[in-house]
Amino acid sequence: MSHDTSGHESVYDGLVEDHGDVSGQWAFGTSFEDPLAGVDTTLPEGVDGADLAAYCLGLGDDALVLSHRLSQWCSRAPDLEDDIAVANIALDLLGQARLLLARAAAADPAVVPALPEGSPAPDEDRLAYFREAAAFRCTRLAELEHGDFAHLVVRLLLFSTARLALLHRLAASRDHVLAAIGAKGATEVTYHRDYAARWVVTLARGTEESRRRLLAALEQLAPWHPEQLEAHPVATRLAEAGVGVDPAGTADEVGAVLAQVLDEAHAAWPEAPPRAGVRGRAGRDGMHTEALGLLLAEMQVVARAHPLGRW
Amino acid sequence: MGAGQVRERALTRADAEAAAGTVTDPEMPMLTLLDLGVLREVTVRGAADGSEGAAVTVALTPTYSGCPAMATMRDDLVRALTGAGFDEVRVQVRLSPPWTSDWITERGRAALREHRISPPGTAGPRPSGPVPLRLTATRRLLACPRCGAEDTELTSEYGPTACTAIYRCTVCREPFEHVKEI
Repeated sequence: MSHDTSGHESVYDGLVEDHGDVSGQWAFGTSFEDPLAGVDTTLPEGVDGADLAAYCLGLGDDALVLSHRLSQWCSRAPDLEDDIAVANIALDLLGQARLLLARAAAADPAVVPALPEGSPAPDEDRLAYFREAAAFRCTRLAELEHGDFAHLVVRLLLFSTARLALLHRLAASRDHVLAAIGAKGATEVTYHRDYAARWVVTLARGTEESRRRLLAALEQLAPWHPEQLEAHPVATRLAEAGVGVDPAGTADEVGAVLAQVLDEAHAAWPEAPPRAGVRGRAGRDGMHTEALGLLLAEMQVVARAHPLGRW
Repeated sequence: MGAGQVRERALTRADAEAAAGTVTDPEMPMLTLLDLGVLREVTVRGAADGSEGAAVTVALTPTYSGCPAMATMRDDLVRALTGAGFDEVRVQVRLSPPWTSDWITERGRAALREHRISPPGTAGPRPSGPVPLRLTATRRLLACPRCGAEDTELTSEYGPTACTAIYRCTVCREPFEHVKEI
Protein backbone atom coordinates (compact mmCIF):
# COMPACT_ATOMS: atom_id res chain seq x y z
CA MET A 1 0.00 0.00 0.00
CA SER A 2 3.02 2.29 -0.45
CA HIS A 3 1.05 4.19 -3.06
CA ASP A 4 -1.66 5.10 -0.57
CA THR A 5 -1.74 8.84 -0.17
CA SER A 6 -4.95 9.11 1.83
CA GLY A 7 -3.19 9.14 5.17
CA HIS A 8 -4.23 5.73 6.47
CA GLU A 9 -2.40 4.46 9.53
CA SER A 10 -2.56 0.77 8.69
CA VAL A 11 -3.15 -1.24 5.57
CA TYR A 12 -6.45 -2.46 7.00
CA ASP A 13 -7.76 1.09 7.44
CA GLY A 14 -7.61 1.42 3.69
CA LEU A 15 -10.22 -1.30 3.36
CA VAL A 16 -12.75 0.55 5.43
CA GLU A 17 -15.10 3.09 3.92
CA ASP A 18 -15.29 6.47 5.52
CA HIS A 19 -18.91 7.59 5.35
CA GLY A 20 -18.83 9.85 8.38
CA ASP A 21 -21.97 8.48 10.04
CA VAL A 22 -21.45 4.83 9.06
CA SER A 23 -18.03 3.61 10.05
CA GLY A 24 -16.28 0.33 9.81
CA GLN A 25 -17.92 -1.09 6.68
CA TRP A 26 -15.75 -3.13 4.41
CA ALA A 27 -15.17 -1.20 1.24
CA PHE A 28 -15.52 -4.14 -1.09
CA GLY A 29 -19.03 -5.37 -1.53
CA THR A 30 -20.74 -2.69 0.54
CA SER A 31 -22.89 0.06 -0.88
CA PHE A 32 -21.84 -0.80 -4.39
CA GLU A 33 -22.45 1.95 -6.90
CA ASP A 34 -25.45 2.03 -9.18
CA PRO A 35 -24.04 0.98 -12.56
CA LEU A 36 -26.35 3.55 -14.20
CA ALA A 37 -25.85 6.37 -11.67
CA GLY A 38 -26.72 9.64 -13.37
CA VAL A 39 -27.49 7.94 -16.70
CA ASP A 40 -30.73 9.12 -18.34
CA THR A 41 -32.96 6.03 -18.52
CA THR A 42 -36.04 7.70 -20.02
CA LEU A 43 -37.75 5.39 -22.49
CA PRO A 44 -37.26 6.32 -26.15
CA GLU A 45 -40.49 7.55 -27.74
CA GLY A 46 -42.89 4.87 -28.89
CA VAL A 47 -41.22 2.03 -26.98
CA ASP A 48 -43.09 -0.25 -24.60
CA GLY A 49 -41.28 -0.47 -21.25
CA ALA A 50 -42.22 -4.13 -20.76
CA ASP A 51 -40.81 -5.02 -24.18
CA LEU A 52 -37.58 -3.15 -23.56
CA ALA A 53 -37.20 -4.83 -20.15
CA ALA A 54 -37.77 -8.30 -21.63
CA TYR A 55 -35.22 -7.59 -24.34
CA CYS A 56 -32.60 -6.33 -21.87
CA LEU A 57 -33.23 -9.35 -19.63
CA GLY A 58 -32.53 -11.65 -22.59
CA LEU A 59 -29.16 -10.08 -23.38
CA GLY A 60 -28.36 -9.58 -19.71
CA ASP A 61 -29.23 -13.15 -18.74
CA ASP A 62 -27.11 -14.54 -21.58
CA ALA A 63 -24.15 -12.64 -20.15
CA LEU A 64 -24.94 -13.42 -16.51
CA VAL A 65 -25.45 -17.14 -16.99
CA LEU A 66 -22.42 -17.71 -19.21
CA SER A 67 -20.37 -15.54 -16.86
CA HIS A 68 -21.33 -17.88 -14.03
CA ARG A 69 -20.49 -20.94 -16.11
CA LEU A 70 -17.07 -19.47 -16.96
CA SER A 71 -16.47 -18.55 -13.31
CA GLN A 72 -16.98 -22.19 -12.42
CA TRP A 73 -13.83 -22.86 -14.43
CA CYS A 74 -11.67 -20.80 -12.06
CA SER A 75 -8.61 -22.88 -11.10
CA ARG A 76 -9.61 -25.62 -13.55
CA ALA A 77 -8.27 -24.30 -16.87
CA PRO A 78 -5.33 -26.14 -18.49
CA ASP A 79 -2.85 -23.48 -17.38
CA LEU A 80 -2.66 -20.29 -15.35
CA GLU A 81 -2.86 -17.93 -18.34
CA ASP A 82 -6.09 -19.50 -19.55
CA ASP A 83 -7.48 -19.51 -16.04
CA ILE A 84 -6.93 -15.75 -15.96
CA ALA A 85 -8.30 -15.35 -19.48
CA VAL A 86 -11.51 -17.24 -18.68
CA ALA A 87 -11.99 -15.29 -15.45
CA ASN A 88 -11.44 -12.01 -17.33
CA ILE A 89 -14.03 -12.94 -19.93
CA ALA A 90 -16.45 -13.87 -17.16
CA LEU A 91 -15.85 -10.46 -15.56
CA ASP A 92 -16.53 -8.59 -18.81
CA LEU A 93 -19.79 -10.50 -19.23
CA LEU A 94 -20.76 -9.86 -15.63
CA GLY A 95 -20.25 -6.15 -16.21
CA GLN A 96 -22.45 -6.25 -19.29
CA ALA A 97 -25.05 -8.21 -17.31
CA ARG A 98 -25.15 -5.60 -14.53
CA LEU A 99 -25.77 -2.78 -16.98
CA LEU A 100 -28.41 -4.70 -18.91
CA LEU A 101 -30.28 -5.89 -15.81
CA ALA A 102 -30.18 -2.36 -14.40
CA ARG A 103 -31.51 -1.08 -17.73
CA ALA A 104 -34.30 -3.69 -17.61
CA ALA A 105 -35.28 -2.58 -14.10
CA ALA A 106 -35.36 1.07 -15.13
CA ALA A 107 -37.45 0.27 -18.23
CA ASP A 108 -40.07 -1.68 -16.30
CA PRO A 109 -39.83 -1.80 -12.48
CA ALA A 110 -42.48 -4.55 -12.48
CA VAL A 111 -39.88 -7.13 -13.56
CA VAL A 112 -37.90 -6.66 -10.35
CA PRO A 113 -38.74 -9.23 -7.63
CA ALA A 114 -40.01 -7.73 -4.38
CA LEU A 115 -37.83 -8.25 -1.31
CA PRO A 116 -38.60 -7.66 2.38
CA GLU A 117 -38.62 -4.04 3.56
CA GLY A 118 -35.09 -2.86 4.27
CA SER A 119 -33.29 -5.09 1.84
CA PRO A 120 -30.29 -3.23 0.45
CA ALA A 121 -30.11 -5.38 -2.71
CA PRO A 122 -30.02 -3.14 -5.80
CA ASP A 123 -32.35 -3.90 -8.71
CA GLU A 124 -29.78 -5.76 -10.80
CA ASP A 125 -28.98 -8.03 -7.84
CA ARG A 126 -32.68 -8.70 -7.23
CA LEU A 127 -33.02 -9.72 -10.84
CA ALA A 128 -29.94 -11.94 -10.74
CA TYR A 129 -30.52 -13.61 -7.39
CA PHE A 130 -34.26 -13.67 -6.79
CA ARG A 131 -35.84 -14.80 -10.04
CA GLU A 132 -36.93 -18.37 -10.71
CA ALA A 133 -35.49 -20.21 -13.72
CA ALA A 134 -38.72 -19.69 -15.69
CA ALA A 135 -38.25 -15.91 -15.43
CA PHE A 136 -34.78 -16.08 -17.01
CA ARG A 137 -34.61 -15.11 -20.69
CA CYS A 138 -31.20 -16.51 -21.71
CA THR A 139 -30.81 -18.80 -24.69
CA ARG A 140 -30.15 -22.38 -23.67
CA LEU A 141 -26.60 -22.50 -25.09
CA ALA A 142 -25.41 -20.27 -22.21
CA GLU A 143 -26.78 -22.49 -19.47
CA LEU A 144 -25.72 -26.00 -20.58
CA GLU A 145 -23.63 -28.04 -18.14
CA HIS A 146 -19.85 -27.99 -18.58
CA GLY A 147 -17.82 -30.40 -20.60
CA ASP A 148 -14.06 -30.25 -21.08
CA PHE A 149 -11.94 -27.30 -22.21
CA ALA A 150 -12.85 -27.98 -25.85
CA HIS A 151 -16.50 -27.62 -24.83
CA LEU A 152 -15.68 -24.30 -23.16
CA VAL A 153 -14.00 -22.80 -26.22
CA VAL A 154 -16.60 -24.08 -28.70
CA ARG A 155 -19.44 -22.67 -26.61
CA LEU A 156 -17.58 -19.39 -26.21
CA LEU A 157 -17.01 -19.21 -29.96
CA LEU A 158 -20.68 -19.78 -30.80
CA PHE A 159 -21.84 -17.43 -28.06
CA SER A 160 -19.43 -14.57 -28.70
CA THR A 161 -19.77 -14.72 -32.49
CA ALA A 162 -23.54 -14.24 -32.20
CA ARG A 163 -23.19 -11.67 -29.41
CA LEU A 164 -20.59 -9.58 -31.20
CA ALA A 165 -22.70 -9.30 -34.35
CA LEU A 166 -25.62 -8.24 -32.17
CA LEU A 167 -23.81 -5.75 -29.90
CA HIS A 168 -22.13 -4.18 -32.89
CA ARG A 169 -25.55 -3.37 -34.38
CA LEU A 170 -26.98 -2.41 -31.00
CA ALA A 171 -24.52 0.50 -30.91
CA ALA A 172 -26.92 2.27 -33.31
CA SER A 173 -29.92 1.82 -30.97
CA ARG A 174 -32.26 4.76 -30.38
CA ASP A 175 -32.06 3.88 -26.70
CA HIS A 176 -28.82 5.56 -25.72
CA VAL A 177 -28.24 3.19 -22.78
CA LEU A 178 -28.43 0.15 -25.05
CA ALA A 179 -26.34 1.96 -27.66
CA ALA A 180 -23.60 2.59 -25.09
CA ILE A 181 -23.72 -1.01 -23.81
CA GLY A 182 -23.52 -2.24 -27.41
CA ALA A 183 -20.57 -0.05 -28.35
CA LYS A 184 -18.63 -0.91 -25.19
CA GLY A 185 -19.55 -4.59 -25.14
CA ALA A 186 -18.56 -5.06 -28.77
CA THR A 187 -14.95 -4.08 -28.05
CA GLU A 188 -14.84 -6.60 -25.18
CA VAL A 189 -16.53 -9.46 -27.01
CA THR A 190 -14.16 -8.96 -29.96
CA TYR A 191 -11.40 -10.19 -27.64
CA HIS A 192 -13.55 -13.09 -26.40
CA ARG A 193 -14.35 -14.27 -29.90
CA ASP A 194 -10.72 -14.09 -31.03
CA TYR A 195 -9.59 -16.00 -27.95
CA ALA A 196 -12.16 -18.76 -28.50
CA ALA A 197 -11.54 -18.98 -32.25
CA ARG A 198 -7.78 -19.39 -31.78
CA TRP A 199 -8.29 -22.17 -29.25
CA VAL A 200 -10.76 -23.93 -31.53
CA VAL A 201 -8.17 -23.92 -34.35
CA THR A 202 -5.36 -24.90 -31.97
CA LEU A 203 -7.24 -27.89 -30.57
CA ALA A 204 -8.59 -28.97 -33.96
CA ARG A 205 -5.11 -28.98 -35.43
CA GLY A 206 -3.28 -30.16 -32.31
CA THR A 207 -3.05 -33.80 -31.30
CA GLU A 208 -5.38 -36.60 -32.30
CA GLU A 209 -6.91 -36.42 -28.83
CA SER A 210 -7.43 -32.64 -28.86
CA ARG A 211 -9.04 -32.87 -32.31
CA ARG A 212 -11.31 -35.68 -31.18
CA ARG A 213 -12.48 -33.64 -28.20
CA LEU A 214 -12.94 -30.48 -30.25
CA LEU A 215 -15.09 -32.25 -32.82
CA ALA A 216 -17.11 -33.94 -30.08
CA ALA A 217 -17.80 -30.57 -28.45
CA LEU A 218 -18.85 -29.11 -31.78
CA GLU A 219 -21.16 -32.05 -32.41
CA GLN A 220 -22.72 -31.60 -28.98
CA LEU A 221 -23.12 -27.81 -29.05
CA ALA A 222 -23.96 -27.07 -32.70
CA PRO A 223 -27.66 -28.00 -32.29
CA TRP A 224 -28.04 -25.29 -29.60
CA HIS A 225 -26.54 -22.57 -31.80
CA PRO A 226 -29.54 -21.72 -34.07
CA GLU A 227 -31.65 -20.62 -31.09
CA GLN A 228 -29.31 -17.64 -30.71
CA LEU A 229 -30.26 -16.42 -34.18
CA GLU A 230 -34.00 -17.03 -34.01
CA ALA A 231 -36.34 -14.11 -34.37
CA HIS A 232 -38.47 -13.47 -31.29
CA PRO A 233 -41.56 -11.22 -31.19
CA VAL A 234 -39.99 -8.92 -28.57
CA ALA A 235 -36.77 -8.44 -30.55
CA THR A 236 -38.71 -8.01 -33.78
CA ARG A 237 -40.90 -5.29 -32.30
CA LEU A 238 -37.91 -3.47 -30.81
CA ALA A 239 -35.94 -3.81 -34.03
CA GLU A 240 -38.83 -2.21 -35.90
CA ALA A 241 -38.75 0.63 -33.35
CA GLY A 242 -35.01 1.16 -33.99
CA VAL A 243 -34.13 0.12 -30.44
CA GLY A 244 -33.29 -3.60 -30.57
CA VAL A 245 -31.62 -5.92 -33.06
CA ASP A 246 -33.38 -8.83 -34.75
CA PRO A 247 -30.85 -11.66 -34.34
CA ALA A 248 -32.12 -13.30 -37.52
CA GLY A 249 -30.59 -10.39 -39.41
CA THR A 250 -27.13 -11.31 -38.11
CA ALA A 251 -27.28 -14.93 -39.31
CA ASP A 252 -25.25 -14.38 -42.50
CA GLU A 253 -22.48 -12.54 -40.72
CA VAL A 254 -22.36 -15.09 -37.88
CA GLY A 255 -22.35 -17.97 -40.36
CA ALA A 256 -19.49 -16.42 -42.32
CA VAL A 257 -17.32 -16.00 -39.22
CA LEU A 258 -17.98 -19.56 -38.04
CA ALA A 259 -17.24 -20.89 -41.53
CA GLN A 260 -13.94 -19.03 -41.49
CA VAL A 261 -12.96 -20.60 -38.16
CA LEU A 262 -14.09 -24.10 -39.13
CA ASP A 263 -12.27 -23.83 -42.44
CA GLU A 264 -9.06 -22.94 -40.61
CA ALA A 265 -9.76 -25.80 -38.18
CA HIS A 266 -10.30 -28.26 -41.06
CA ALA A 267 -13.68 -29.10 -39.59
CA ALA A 268 -17.22 -29.13 -40.94
CA TRP A 269 -20.41 -27.88 -39.29
CA PRO A 270 -22.20 -30.96 -37.89
CA GLU A 271 -25.31 -32.20 -39.67
CA ALA A 272 -27.39 -32.61 -36.49
CA PRO A 273 -30.77 -30.77 -36.54
CA PRO A 274 -31.32 -27.75 -34.26
CA ARG A 275 -32.73 -28.35 -30.79
CA ALA A 276 -36.36 -27.42 -30.91
CA GLY A 277 -38.14 -25.56 -28.15
CA VAL A 278 -41.14 -26.92 -26.31
CA ARG A 279 -44.36 -26.06 -28.19
CA GLY A 280 -42.43 -23.29 -29.90
CA ARG A 281 -41.02 -21.86 -26.68
CA ALA A 282 -37.30 -21.74 -25.85
CA GLY A 283 -34.91 -19.82 -23.60
CA ARG A 284 -36.17 -16.34 -24.47
CA ASP A 285 -39.65 -17.48 -23.33
CA GLY A 286 -38.35 -18.94 -20.07
CA MET A 287 -38.32 -22.54 -21.32
CA HIS A 288 -34.96 -23.89 -20.14
CA THR A 289 -33.01 -27.07 -19.67
CA GLU A 290 -32.61 -28.65 -16.27
CA ALA A 291 -29.07 -27.26 -16.14
CA LEU A 292 -30.30 -23.70 -15.49
CA GLY A 293 -32.20 -24.66 -12.33
CA LEU A 294 -29.12 -26.34 -10.90
CA LEU A 295 -26.90 -23.40 -11.85
CA LEU A 296 -29.26 -20.92 -10.20
CA ALA A 297 -29.54 -23.03 -7.08
CA GLU A 298 -25.81 -22.61 -6.61
CA MET A 299 -25.60 -19.00 -7.75
CA GLN A 300 -28.55 -17.75 -5.71
CA VAL A 301 -28.36 -19.76 -2.50
CA VAL A 302 -26.45 -17.25 -0.36
CA ALA A 303 -28.40 -14.19 -1.48
CA ARG A 304 -31.72 -15.99 -0.99
CA ALA A 305 -30.75 -17.09 2.50
CA HIS A 306 -29.95 -13.48 3.46
CA PRO A 307 -32.28 -11.10 1.60
CA LEU A 308 -31.44 -8.36 4.10
CA GLY A 309 -27.69 -8.99 3.98
CA ARG A 310 -25.18 -6.29 3.19
CA TRP A 311 -22.26 -7.49 1.14
CA MET B 1 -11.75 22.54 5.34
CA GLY B 2 -14.75 20.57 6.44
CA ALA B 3 -18.44 21.01 5.79
CA GLY B 4 -20.09 23.86 7.69
CA GLN B 5 -16.95 25.90 8.13
CA VAL B 6 -16.84 29.43 6.80
CA ARG B 7 -15.00 29.53 3.51
CA GLU B 8 -12.45 32.20 2.89
CA ARG B 9 -13.43 32.18 -0.77
CA ALA B 10 -15.93 30.46 -3.01
CA LEU B 11 -14.90 27.07 -4.29
CA THR B 12 -14.36 26.99 -8.01
CA ARG B 13 -14.30 24.39 -10.70
CA ALA B 14 -10.51 24.70 -10.66
CA ASP B 15 -10.54 23.66 -6.98
CA ALA B 16 -12.68 20.65 -7.82
CA GLU B 17 -10.50 19.68 -10.76
CA ALA B 18 -7.38 20.00 -8.67
CA ALA B 19 -8.81 17.76 -5.93
CA ALA B 20 -10.29 15.19 -8.32
CA GLY B 21 -7.05 15.25 -10.28
CA THR B 22 -5.14 13.79 -7.34
CA VAL B 23 -7.19 10.57 -7.24
CA THR B 24 -5.37 7.57 -8.67
CA ASP B 25 -6.53 4.32 -10.22
CA PRO B 26 -6.78 1.63 -7.51
CA GLU B 27 -5.22 -1.03 -9.71
CA MET B 28 -2.61 1.09 -11.47
CA PRO B 29 -1.86 3.70 -8.79
CA MET B 30 0.86 5.38 -10.86
CA LEU B 31 -1.99 6.77 -13.00
CA THR B 32 -4.40 9.46 -11.92
CA LEU B 33 -7.99 8.98 -13.09
CA LEU B 34 -7.40 12.03 -15.27
CA ASP B 35 -4.35 10.45 -16.96
CA LEU B 36 -6.18 7.16 -17.38
CA GLY B 37 -8.91 9.10 -19.16
CA VAL B 38 -11.82 7.83 -17.05
CA LEU B 39 -12.43 11.18 -15.33
CA ARG B 40 -14.46 12.90 -18.03
CA GLU B 41 -15.95 16.03 -16.52
CA VAL B 42 -16.09 18.05 -13.33
CA THR B 43 -18.92 20.53 -12.83
CA VAL B 44 -19.56 22.77 -9.85
CA ARG B 45 -22.82 24.34 -8.70
CA GLY B 46 -23.48 26.86 -5.95
CA ALA B 47 -19.88 27.93 -5.76
CA ALA B 48 -20.36 31.40 -7.15
CA ASP B 49 -21.73 33.17 -4.08
CA GLY B 50 -20.09 30.90 -1.53
CA SER B 51 -23.06 31.31 0.82
CA GLU B 52 -24.47 27.86 0.13
CA GLY B 53 -22.64 24.59 0.12
CA ALA B 54 -20.78 23.97 -3.07
CA ALA B 55 -21.92 20.91 -4.98
CA VAL B 56 -19.69 19.08 -7.41
CA THR B 57 -20.56 16.44 -9.97
CA VAL B 58 -17.93 14.18 -11.47
CA ALA B 59 -18.50 12.03 -14.57
CA LEU B 60 -16.60 8.74 -14.83
CA THR B 61 -16.39 6.41 -17.83
CA PRO B 62 -15.48 2.81 -16.92
CA THR B 63 -12.54 1.24 -18.77
CA TYR B 64 -14.38 -2.10 -19.03
CA SER B 65 -18.06 -2.88 -18.40
CA GLY B 66 -17.09 -5.10 -15.48
CA CYS B 67 -14.34 -2.90 -14.09
CA PRO B 68 -14.32 -3.85 -10.38
CA ALA B 69 -12.51 -0.65 -9.43
CA MET B 70 -15.42 1.70 -10.11
CA ALA B 71 -16.74 1.66 -6.54
CA THR B 72 -13.30 2.39 -5.14
CA MET B 73 -12.79 5.22 -7.63
CA ARG B 74 -16.11 6.70 -6.60
CA ASP B 75 -15.26 6.49 -2.89
CA ASP B 76 -11.80 7.99 -3.44
CA LEU B 77 -13.30 10.87 -5.44
CA VAL B 78 -15.90 11.54 -2.74
CA ARG B 79 -13.18 11.54 -0.09
CA ALA B 80 -10.87 13.85 -2.05
CA LEU B 81 -13.60 16.35 -2.92
CA THR B 82 -15.15 16.35 0.54
CA GLY B 83 -11.67 16.94 1.89
CA ALA B 84 -11.31 19.93 -0.42
CA GLY B 85 -14.42 21.48 1.14
CA PHE B 86 -17.21 20.45 -1.19
CA ASP B 87 -20.40 19.71 0.72
CA GLU B 88 -22.11 17.61 -1.89
CA VAL B 89 -20.27 15.27 -4.20
CA ARG B 90 -22.01 13.28 -6.90
CA VAL B 91 -20.26 10.72 -9.04
CA GLN B 92 -22.06 9.83 -12.26
CA VAL B 93 -21.42 7.09 -14.75
CA ARG B 94 -20.97 8.23 -18.33
CA LEU B 95 -21.26 5.27 -20.68
CA SER B 96 -20.96 7.07 -23.98
CA PRO B 97 -18.65 7.42 -25.77
CA PRO B 98 -17.00 4.24 -24.47
CA TRP B 99 -13.55 4.50 -22.93
CA THR B 100 -10.67 3.86 -25.25
CA SER B 101 -7.02 3.35 -24.34
CA ASP B 102 -6.33 6.28 -26.68
CA TRP B 103 -7.59 8.51 -23.85
CA ILE B 104 -4.56 7.70 -21.67
CA THR B 105 -2.56 10.94 -21.62
CA GLU B 106 1.11 11.34 -22.55
CA ARG B 107 1.86 11.91 -18.88
CA GLY B 108 0.00 8.68 -18.09
CA ARG B 109 1.97 6.76 -20.68
CA ALA B 110 5.23 8.07 -19.25
CA ALA B 111 4.11 7.03 -15.75
CA LEU B 112 3.28 3.52 -17.00
CA ARG B 113 6.70 3.22 -18.65
CA GLU B 114 8.40 4.45 -15.52
CA HIS B 115 6.65 1.68 -13.57
CA ARG B 116 7.65 -0.96 -16.09
CA ILE B 117 4.23 -1.32 -17.67
CA SER B 118 4.11 -1.12 -21.45
CA PRO B 119 1.66 1.59 -22.58
CA PRO B 120 -0.93 0.84 -25.27
CA GLY B 121 -0.42 1.56 -28.93
CA THR B 122 -3.10 3.38 -30.91
CA ALA B 123 -6.52 1.72 -30.83
CA GLY B 124 -7.81 3.97 -33.60
CA PRO B 125 -11.38 4.26 -34.85
CA ARG B 126 -13.76 1.36 -34.34
CA PRO B 127 -14.68 -0.65 -37.45
CA SER B 128 -17.92 0.49 -39.03
CA GLY B 129 -18.66 -2.84 -40.74
CA PRO B 130 -18.46 -6.34 -39.25
CA VAL B 131 -15.54 -6.74 -36.84
CA PRO B 132 -12.82 -8.78 -38.57
CA LEU B 133 -11.78 -12.05 -36.93
CA ARG B 134 -8.15 -12.29 -35.84
CA LEU B 135 -7.08 -15.90 -35.89
CA THR B 136 -3.47 -15.14 -35.05
CA ALA B 137 -2.32 -13.35 -31.94
CA THR B 138 -2.42 -9.56 -32.14
CA ARG B 139 0.99 -8.37 -33.33
CA ARG B 140 2.36 -5.46 -31.39
CA LEU B 141 5.78 -3.90 -31.77
CA LEU B 142 6.68 -3.42 -28.14
CA ALA B 143 9.81 -2.39 -26.34
CA CYS B 144 10.57 -4.20 -23.08
CA PRO B 145 9.79 -1.65 -20.34
CA ARG B 146 12.81 -2.93 -18.38
CA CYS B 147 15.68 -3.33 -20.81
CA GLY B 148 14.26 -1.62 -23.89
CA ALA B 149 14.79 -4.61 -26.19
CA GLU B 150 12.23 -4.82 -28.99
CA ASP B 151 12.17 -8.59 -28.93
CA THR B 152 9.12 -9.59 -26.90
CA GLU B 153 6.59 -12.39 -26.96
CA LEU B 154 2.95 -12.54 -25.93
CA THR B 155 2.22 -14.86 -23.00
CA SER B 156 -1.50 -14.11 -22.75
CA GLU B 157 -3.98 -11.54 -24.08
CA TYR B 158 -5.50 -11.52 -20.60
CA GLY B 159 -3.59 -10.26 -17.58
CA PRO B 160 -4.01 -9.54 -13.88
CA THR B 161 -6.35 -6.63 -14.59
CA ALA B 162 -9.06 -6.33 -17.23
CA CYS B 163 -7.02 -3.87 -19.26
CA THR B 164 -3.64 -5.62 -19.50
CA ALA B 165 -2.05 -8.45 -21.48
CA ILE B 166 1.03 -10.38 -20.29
CA TYR B 167 4.26 -10.29 -22.29
CA ARG B 168 7.77 -11.53 -21.81
CA CYS B 169 11.02 -10.00 -23.01
CA THR B 170 13.09 -12.62 -24.83
CA VAL B 171 16.32 -10.71 -24.10
CA CYS B 172 16.17 -9.99 -20.35
CA ARG B 173 13.52 -12.70 -19.95
CA GLU B 174 11.40 -10.63 -17.58
CA PRO B 175 7.61 -10.82 -17.85
CA PHE B 176 5.74 -7.53 -18.08
CA GLU B 177 2.24 -6.16 -18.47
CA HIS B 178 1.01 -4.32 -21.53
CA VAL B 179 -2.07 -2.10 -21.44
CA LYS B 180 -4.29 -3.40 -24.24
CA GLU B 181 -5.54 -1.25 -27.07
CA ILE B 182 -9.31 -1.06 -26.88
